[in-house]
Amino acid sequence: MRVGVFVCHCGRNIAGTVDIKRVVEEVSREPHVIYVVDYVYMCSEPGQQIIINSIREKKLDAVIIAACTPSLHYETFAKAVERGNLNRYMLEMVPIREFVSWVHPNKMEATDKAIRMIKGAIVKVMNNKAYELLRSKVVQKCLVIGGGISGITAALDIANSGIPVILVEKSPTIGGKMAMLSETFPTLDCAQCILTPKMAEVSKHPLIKVYTLSEVIDVSGYLGNFKVKILRRPRKVDVELCKLCGFCERVCPISVPNEFDRGLSKRKAIYIPFPQAVPTAYVIDEENCTKCGLCLKVCPTGAINLEEECEVVEEEVGAIVIATGHDLYPGEKLQEYGYGIYEDVIDSLQFERMLSSTGPTEGEIIRPSDGEKVKRITFIQCAGSRDESHLKYCSKICCMYTAKHALLFKERVPDGEVTIFYIDVRASGKGYEEFIKRVQEEFMVNYVRGKVSRVYRDVNRDLVVVGFDTLTGERIRVRSDLVVLAVGMIPQMSRELASKLRVPLDEYGFVQEVHPKLRPIELSTSGIFVCGTAHAPKDISESVTQASAVAAKVINLLSKGEIVKEPIIAEVDENLCSGCRVCVTVCPYGAIEFVDGKARVNEMLCEGCGICEASCPVDAIRLRNFTEEQLVSLVKAVLRG
Amino acid sequence: MAKWRPTVISFLCKWCAGSAAELAGVSRLNYPANVIPVVVPCSGRVSPRLIVEALLNGADGVLVGGCHTPGDCHYMSGNFKAFKRVYLLKKLLSQFGINPRRVRVEWISATESQKLVRVVREFLSELEELGPIMGDVRE
Repeated sequence: MRVGVFVCHCGRNIAGTVDIKRVVEEVSREPHVIYVVDYVYMCSEPGQQIIINSIREKKLDAVIIAACTPSLHYETFAKAVERGNLNRYMLEMVPIREFVSWVHPNKMEATDKAIRMIKGAIVKVMNNKAYELLRSKVVQKCLVIGGGISGITAALDIANSGIPVILVEKSPTIGGKMAMLSETFPTLDCAQCILTPKMAEVSKHPLIKVYTLSEVIDVSGYLGNFKVKILRRPRKVDVELCKLCGFCERVCPISVPNEFDRGLSKRKAIYIPFPQAVPTAYVIDEENCTKCGLCLKVCPTGAINLEEECEVVEEEVGAIVIATGHDLYPGEKLQEYGYGIYEDVIDSLQFERMLSSTGPTEGEIIRPSDGEKVKRITFIQCAGSRDESHLKYCSKICCMYTAKHALLFKERVPDGEVTIFYIDVRASGKGYEEFIKRVQEEFMVNYVRGKVSRVYRDVNRDLVVVGFDTLTGERIRVRSDLVVLAVGMIPQMSRELASKLRVPLDEYGFVQEVHPKLRPIELSTSGIFVCGTAHAPKDISESVTQASAVAAKVINLLSKGEIVKEPIIAEVDENLCSGCRVCVTVCPYGAIEFVDGKARVNEMLCEGCGICEASCPVDAIRLRNFTEEQLVSLVKAVLRG
Repeated sequence: MAKWRPTVISFLCKWCAGSAAELAGVSRLNYPANVIPVVVPCSGRVSPRLIVEALLNGADGVLVGGCHTPGDCHYMSGNFKAFKRVYLLKKLLSQFGINPRRVRVEWISATESQKLVRVVREFLSELEELGPIMGDVRE
């Protein structure tokens, strides 16, 4: 081994405190060191030229540069070393400026320490190995799980860049929760009007393949090369042949609560979720269909096949986007508010359906129990949210949608009375505070700060909301025809799917990002991203923003066709590996597989932390150029002095 | 005779504690020179063997510096692994007569150069009280 040591003065930054002459003398005496040279500015072009020429002339196999910190000039020196035809991983930098001359004013002590550190680096670099950058081909295709507004936005952005997308949706149509909304805050855009064109765009996009009634059941592989199994449940109606005539629906004898209207209306066992559904075709609800065959007889195009079975399709993708969205906190858990006891206590999404002109009441606000028009309405915010016994967190959108509900109600029933119980009004988005003010002042909505203790029905069939006004300190009772609970958001994604994707969930079941500020859409499993309410409660604009951010990440990852990565990763000596699997359990990236009784490192997943090496009882797994032997010899050398 | 001074090996993760040490340099903070840094990718890379080898080969104390728990570790959980390992190692060391205070784990973020210097000074004066490691072994 022929080691060259290059000592930088950094002007007087190093040379002012460290005795360069003594460093050169002492280091020259070390075994394998065949050339030591110092220079005033090693990073300058003449300095770099000294390094390049010395490597060539002295036939150096390894280089030590004692100068500033590698975080400042590693690239500079690595490139110089490469210009000398030496592999960059045969270079070690010793930061004798930041770690020595700048912090230790005593010349003798500083010089001693610099020498020790250089000697340590010399013994380490002797066992360094040359490596090349890792390259891996990526499958230029992306899987998006969830077809709500987040999934739709991500899918369109990615597909529009030329990367094919597979969009998997559990229900019979894409559109998600947004399709159920009447208007959206704060601009009161009609949700259908802004969403359905995007849904149509998805269905017509040549690069987007939509699997409805489908679920991801298995995921293997890694960044750039995932293999996904998708379970497709039978629609039993041919999407191409169905002409939406609706004859089947008329003859179907089965009637069940319509989930799209949150149970406020009925639908048949053969149905279309809503007229703009994508794909635009009828679907048979397998659970409730009795296979009586009446629909088969009336279908003019023969689109129905009652015997259609589930199938499993396999797809290969390079990246995965989680956009599984949210569900509502079940009102049944809020018995004190009378949900599930009184028909006239409904949740916020049921109220959205009631407000919708295509909803069960065609936009008319009525009492579900008797169909009477509603004059007095009470909204209870934070129903389940910010509550120790329900959801500890704030669901973020309820303040805004409740204000919107109040406004839309007052527009329909100008002489109606509206009371809103709230804890705090959180309106921090663009134009949100103004919207709240408008509702409070222009529409004369009565905001009561306080918590509701219970809701009951009195002899006059009135719902009585009993609460406590924390601003006046009074107990109050509000009589209402209808009570609407602003229920919170809960994550929709199952723990099973999360574990198949190897993505961590937070304590509430939302997907856990790598870093809340700096990497808010990336997950610890490389190549998998999250957007929308699968990540945390958020509104439509935030979900769309996040979806586009995710798309940018995916495009960046997949557009080049290959991934290039640092080669400083762990590797296994199969002769030593006893198969104890400790490394498998400690790896934060799931990068170590267990194959044929031995550990095997997935090069593309390993990030090079070396936690596995520190845990291996037999030193069988080693971080390249940071092996146990290298570090032990380094420690011994610096202590020997 | 000059006052005896302990020798310390400090294993610093390159993301947090190591960056704090760099910042200490850039800020021209002062601390004693008898602490020798070894920069590792992650505090979770520091095996018990490395710490023991340091103590066997003349270090009077070992400092392990990593990112703040829980969430700052660049590799997500390396700092926890370091903490657990050192916790166990200290129990073992005391059974061999080595004072467990000779090994110390600290969470130091990339901006906490002041904390790094304070920790180093504190640790050194603690070790000065404890005396050379050979004293532990003789007892």
